[in-house]
Amino acid sequence: MNAIAEAVAWIGDPAHWTGPDGIPTRLAEHLGYTGLTVLIAVLLAVTLGLYIGHTGRFRGISIGATGALRALPTLGLLTYLAIAFGFGIRLALIPTIIVLVVLAIPPLLAGAYSGVESVDPRTVDAARSMGMTEWQILWKVEIPLALPLIIGGIRSAVLQVVATATVAAYISLGGLGRYIIDALPVRDYTKVLVGALLVTLLALALEGILILIQRLTVPAGVRATRSA
Amino acid sequence: MITFDSVSKRFPDGTLAVDDFNLTLPSRTTTVLVGSSGSGKTTLLRMINRMVDPTAGSIRIDDDDISTLEPVKLRRSIGYVMQNSGLLPHRTVADNIATVPLLSGVKRPAARTQALELMDTVGLDRSLAERYPSQLSGGQQQRVGVARGLAVNPNILLMDEPFGAVDPLVRSELQQELVRIQKDLAKTIVFVTHDIDEAFLLGDQVVLLKTGGKIAQVGTPADILANPADDFVNTFVGADRGRRALRIEQVSGRQVVVDGTGRIAGILNDGTPT
Repeated sequence: MNAIAEAVAWIGDPAHWTGPDGIPTRLAEHLGYTGLTVLIAVLLAVTLGLYIGHTGRFRGISIGATGALRALPTLGLLTYLAIAFGFGIRLALIPTIIVLVVLAIPPLLAGAYSGVESVDPRTVDAARSMGMTEWQILWKVEIPLALPLIIGGIRSAVLQVVATATVAAYISLGGLGRYIIDALPVRDYTKVLVGALLVTLLALALEGILILIQRLTVPAGVRATRSA
Repeated sequence: MITFDSVSKRFPDGTLAVDDFNLTLPSRTTTVLVGSSGSGKTTLLRMINRMVDPTAGSIRIDDDDISTLEPVKLRRSIGYVMQNSGLLPHRTVADNIATVPLLSGVKRPAARTQALELMDTVGLDRSLAERYPSQLSGGQQQRVGVARGLAVNPNILLMDEPFGAVDPLVRSELQQELVRIQKDLAKTIVFVTHDIDEAFLLGDQVVLLKTGGKIAQVGTPADILANPADDFVNTFVGADRGRRALRIEQVSGRQVVVDGTGRIAGILNDGTPT
C-alpha cells in the first residue's frame, strides 16, 4: 500500500474520529486558532487599511512595515516569544496567536487599502460634493465598492494562517499540527501525511467558500453591464 | 444672490488659481463661467459649496458668509452636477437620485416617489429607475446627475461642465432640456464650461475668464457680442475669425445669412417663428 492510501485509510478509521486526539477535536482546535487569528487581524489591519485608503496617509510607512513583517520567520518568532516572556509557555496560545496575526496582517492591509484606493476618485468627490460626511463616504461608497478586494485580502490571510497554524503544536497546543509534530520523532510518516492532507483539504474548503463570498460581494451595479 | 468679495485661492503647490475675484451672481438666473483650462472656473464653482476654501476674501450666499456655515450642511442645500455624472455605481438610478434626501432623513417611500417625479422632470423614462448607472448611456447618466442635483429642491444648482463628455447631438438635447427646466424652476444656476456657444445659449449672465480667474468681461450674451471689451474677448467669442460677423445675401429670392468666412449660417425669416 502506498503512503497516500495508508493515510486515507488512517483518516477513514472510525477509531481516529473520537477522543481528544481525534480528527474532529483537532480540526475544531485548528479552526479555532485560525478564526481567532483572522478576527483579531481583521480588526487591526482592515481598520488601518481603510484609514490609509481613505486618507492616503501613512501609505509608504505601512507598505514598508508590512513588507518587513512578511520577512519574519514564523517558527523563529514563535520560539522567541515563547521563551522571552514568562507567560510564553504557560499561556502558549498568546505567542501562537501573535505569530499568526503577524502573518495575516500584510494581505489584509493590502486588500483593504488597495480596495479603497481602487474606488474612482471622481465618485468619492461627487459623494463629498453632495454633502456626505467622511464616515458616510467610507461606509456607503468606499467599503461597498472595495468589498471584493477586502474579502480577497481575507481569503489570502485565511489560507496562510490555516497552513501555518500547524506551528501551534510546536509549543504544546493542539490543532492538526499535532499529528505532524507528534509523528515526526517516531517516524510515523503515515500520520505526518495525515496531518498534511487534512490541513490541505481544510485550506481548499475555506478557499472555496471565500471565493464564493468574494463573488457575491461584487456590487450589483459593478457586475452589471450595459447589455444586461 | 451669491457674492464673491476679493476672493483669491492659492493652492499648496503655489499655483494662484484665482486672484482677487469680485462678482455678484443674481438669484434665479443662470450665470455661466466660461474660460479655457487654467482660468480657475472650476475652482470658483467649487468654492461656492466649500469643496475648495479661498485663501483670501469672502463668499456670501444672500447675507451669510459661507465660511461660517458647516460644509456638509451647506453642500446638502446646494445641487451639484459634474462632468462624469459622479453617480454611485453600486446604486440604482432611483437610489442615486434619492441619495441626499435619504441622508437628510426623508423616509424611503417618500424619497422614491420624489425620485420618480424628478425622472419625469429631466426627461428620463421611469422604467429606468431600477437600472444601474453602468447600464445607461452617457446622456442618460447626465440626466440622472441633474435629477440628483435637484433632489433636495435647492435654491442653487452648481454645474461643472455637465455636458462636456457627451456627443454633440445629445449635448444639444441636454442643453435645451436645461433651458426648459430653468424656465419652470428658476434656480440660481452657476454653470462652468469652456464652450462659448453653450455659455451664450444658457447664460443670463456670462463671465469670460482669463488665466488666474481674471475677469475679461461680464455681461449678457448680447452685451458681450455687441461690445467685446478687448481682443481676448474678440478671439474667445470668435468675432475675429468672422464667425459672429454675419451678413445677408439673396439666394433664390430668400435671404440667406452668411458668416465672415463665407459659410452659410442659416436663413433669415421675417421674425414669425416657423
